Amino acid sequence: MTAIVSGAPRPRRAPPAPLFLFVGSLFLYVGVAIWTGQTSQLHTEGWVGLLQRMVALGIVGVGQTFVILCGSIDLSVANLISVGAVAASFIMQGREAMMLPAVAVVLAISVVVGAINGAIIAGLRVNPLIATLGVGLVLQGLLSASFTDFAGSVPQAFQAFAYGAVGPVPYSVLGLFALALAAWWTLGATRFGAHLYAVGGNAEGARLAGVRTHLVMVGAHVICSVLAGVTGLYLASRLRSGAPWVGRDGVYDLESIAVVVIGGTLLAGGRGGVWGTLAGVLLFATLDAALNMLGVPAYPKLILRGAIVILAVAAYAARTREHVA
Amino acid sequence: MYRISMGILAAGAAVAFATAAAAQNFDDPKDFAYAEELLKMKPQGPEGKPWEQNLGGKEVDTSKYKKPGPYRICFSNAGVDNPWRVVGWTDMQAQVDKDKADIKSFSAADAEGKDDKQISDINSFVSGDSCDILIVSPNTTAALTPAVEAACKKLPVVVFDRGVLTQCPVTFVNPIGGYGWGIQTANFIAEKLPKGGKVLGLRILPGVDVLETRWSAANRIFKEKGINVVGAEFTGGDNAKTKSIVEDYIRRFGKIDAIWMDAGATAVAAIEAFEDAGQPNPIITGEDQEDFLVKWQKEKLTAFAPTYPTYQWRSAIIASLKILKGEPVIGPTWKLPQPDITEATLATYVDPKMPPLHYAMCGCKDLPGYPQRWGGKP
Amino acid sequence: MTTTVAGEGWPRGRAIAIAKHVNAAMVVFVVLYAVVGILQPSYLEPAGLMNFLRRSAPLAILASGQLFVLAAGGFDLSMSALVTLTVIGGSMLADNNPDNTWWTIGALYGIGLAVGALNGLIVSFLKVPSIIATLGTLLCVDGAAMMWSGGSPRGYLPDNFRAFGRLVLHDVPVIGTFPIAVGVLIVFTLLAWWGLHVTVFGQRVFAVGDNPRAAELAGVRVSATRVAAFVISALSAVTGGIMLGGFGGVSVGVGSGLALQAIAACVIGGVQLMGGRGSVVGAVAGAFSLFALFTLLNLVGLPQSLRDTAQGLILISAVASGAWRLRHAG
Repeated sequence: MTAIVSGAPRPRRAPPAPLFLFVGSLFLYVGVAIWTGQTSQLHTEGWVGLLQRMVALGIVGVGQTFVILCGSIDLSVANLISVGAVAASFIMQGREAMMLPAVAVVLAISVVVGAINGAIIAGLRVNPLIATLGVGLVLQGLLSASFTDFAGSVPQAFQAFAYGAVGPVPYSVLGLFALALAAWWTLGATRFGAHLYAVGGNAEGARLAGVRTHLVMVGAHVICSVLAGVTGLYLASRLRSGAPWVGRDGVYDLESIAVVVIGGTLLAGGRGGVWGTLAGVLLFATLDAALNMLGVPAYPKLILRGAIVILAVAAYAARTREHVA
Repeated sequence: MYRISMGILAAGAAVAFATAAAAQNFDDPKDFAYAEELLKMKPQGPEGKPWEQNLGGKEVDTSKYKKPGPYRICFSNAGVDNPWRVVGWTDMQAQVDKDKADIKSFSAADAEGKDDKQISDINSFVSGDSCDILIVSPNTTAALTPAVEAACKKLPVVVFDRGVLTQCPVTFVNPIGGYGWGIQTANFIAEKLPKGGKVLGLRILPGVDVLETRWSAANRIFKEKGINVVGAEFTGGDNAKTKSIVEDYIRRFGKIDAIWMDAGATAVAAIEAFEDAGQPNPIITGEDQEDFLVKWQKEKLTAFAPTYPTYQWRSAIIASLKILKGEPVIGPTWKLPQPDITEATLATYVDPKMPPLHYAMCGCKDLPGYPQRWGGKP
Repeated sequence: MTTTVAGEGWPRGRAIAIAKHVNAAMVVFVVLYAVVGILQPSYLEPAGLMNFLRRSAPLAILASGQLFVLAAGGFDLSMSALVTLTVIGGSMLADNNPDNTWWTIGALYGIGLAVGALNGLIVSFLKVPSIIATLGTLLCVDGAAMMWSGGSPRGYLPDNFRAFGRLVLHDVPVIGTFPIAVGVLIVFTLLAWWGLHVTVFGQRVFAVGDNPRAAELAGVRVSATRVAAFVISALSAVTGGIMLGGFGGVSVGVGSGLALQAIAACVIGGVQLMGGRGSVVGAVAGAFSLFALFTLLNLVGLPQSLRDTAQGLILISAVASGAWRLRHAG
């Protein structure tokens, strides 16, 4: 079985694109800081601030990488992030004793939502865009019907997730990189990872080779949803509370897809990896920070972001001879 | 599998409703009474310049922030995602131009409506060492509190529009606010409405603090005076939806006598629904947008425009410069007057040369670049 | 079945399939509307029906434009931004002067043509998948509209511009009232129906959506067909924008969420995503169903937020049942 699976491209060598994006982003950040004379942004605090900007989008982006790699997509992440943030702070109500139960509930909800997403897509053969859009609408509707504002709060101890640090480096930043390492290992060194690439590359071929494609699809969606739930927990910790709009206002659905494809993961699945996604997240964080230093207003930034998404994907795809739709 | 997933969803729905709404208190009798008191107060400060006036409050000493100029001002903006914020932001930039002798640099970061980004923006300003003072217009109240607290330790901070849950900023500049709005508008409708008349409330969306208090105050007065409120609907700030909702209500009730709005962006669409249905114009409370004022004057409406003045964006700059010069400012809360527009004062505010969604209470006529800077015609 | 492109066999097979889908969406619409009528009888009067059609016309037009892109196997998310740009740009160009209306409308269609062509070219030649390409142009067009206007519209739309969305003719024989918007809806959907179901171009759109490689081998110019589909979608967005601006007047967020609603309408109307199947009648019926659902939920007083939930459930079940029927139809 593995003989056939290995026919699918695997992330043995990191493609040069993520590296290029990493280096380019860093040059951009340093260049703008020097250009605008804000060299103090190059001290530790400035760098930490830059990395902190990556955390929320980074966690959900890693999750989105899994589903896109296996040829699916998840539009429900923004709504699930809101659900996670609200559920966490509502259950905790500022009580330390409720931290573990709250985290457990959020993760359980996320697993269920991911399983539902995967089941609808793999079992009912609903297009993933519509399936996750629908599930997202359902979640958002139930959430907004129950809560209209920040609900409850998280205790001081839970805020350590977002505000605590080892020396100058926040836990959350370390956590993001640990997560990326774990994801990289899962994708590159486990059977599940190999199957994920296989399903994304050619689902029918993978099925004929004996891969249980349904389970792989459900697994990828569960991972994506759990990471969306974790993003919700992070936001609850950072904002001290959760509100039913935090995910939607963060545009985490479209932005997470954007960073995944900017990082070189093929939207059709089967090719790409988690470092590319992280590079895409770094690029977005750098843009935010650099354009702040330059004083670029919000509207041109929209155009710039749109152009980057198109051009980055074009740079990967322009040489393909196949048709895309 | 399908049935199972539906079952799970149904269970989820049940849980969601069971735990529903331990809501924040947007209907506080104490705040209501305080707003009533503020509305009766006579503003102190320079005549004709409400952005420099205050309603009560005490001066705080700022001598410890005194520095030689010119100054570097930093501003963390929640966003410019609606016309009110666009007008205010323009006000602020114009005020910076006006005071350019005192201002060396003005750096602004736009959080695009994201709490998470705004926290990072504030942190960058604090760590960047290129600000003498930080102005914050928070995206939400509770979420931005820790970031503002951290900033206070390094810099003087001025907050305006929405507040934060800490007293650490030197001052929090804001007008009377939502309760005042609700009181002004509901009293107008109560006074004009024929006996047994029907009122329809049009609201933007639930859960937003500054909007919820407008409704709670108005609803309290409607209840007290026994006014028949036939419904309160959320329009999402969308013209087409507003029009459809009003049309449906007119059809269902035959006649609607008054429209109450928690924000005026869709006021003209609401009036047009009456026109299109061939009904006489309702009594209406809108806001100080020019399209509504123009319509009011043209159709001779029985109307009233409360304001949530955009000139508070000017006041934030004015306060910042005072602080850095060591001059006393009103704090820790600086309440600005919140003028309303009535039939008697309509003519001073209506100006067809300004864009339809311009806010007339911008207090910007004396600022450099008026009116083109706000999109008006000379 | 679908791989034998351009053979003689497929139009008939498709006709049957289409008939089945159309019936489903139509039936859903009629049932929903009947319930609306029971709850609020004025909807059953001719004036009430005309008013319903007037309100749902923009979405129906957007759905029938989106259909071309869906049928060719893509998505057009940029519609929302184009609707906003149309309303804001229209107010800036026309500037409350009725003499400006006609060239303004011409200019707006010109902008639409450019955006649609850009979408098509990015997808066809830069090989960027349409979800990403139109997400990018969505951001760009939104940003451009905001930069142009400085964040909010700077002029009014004159009455003759607004007539397309707002004016209602009275004392019309038989039906009593006749909104101009319904006229626009009829003209646009007839054109779309003709283009997709009568012309060779329509067949090519379906062939490209079915299997672009096979279509190419059969002599279809895939890129040109795709670009044309995106242009049609963009023109429908401009049309929808003109009507929404007409109905409601100037505002900023007018277009938000409309692209996804248009896709949802198509899906409810039995259009198959990733190409190859769908009909204009289905798309329009889907849009009407969605609107009737919103009206119904409104009438029964369901909280706003639960309308999202209902819409989500309906979307999933529409597609799931479509996929189920497809598998069991052999």
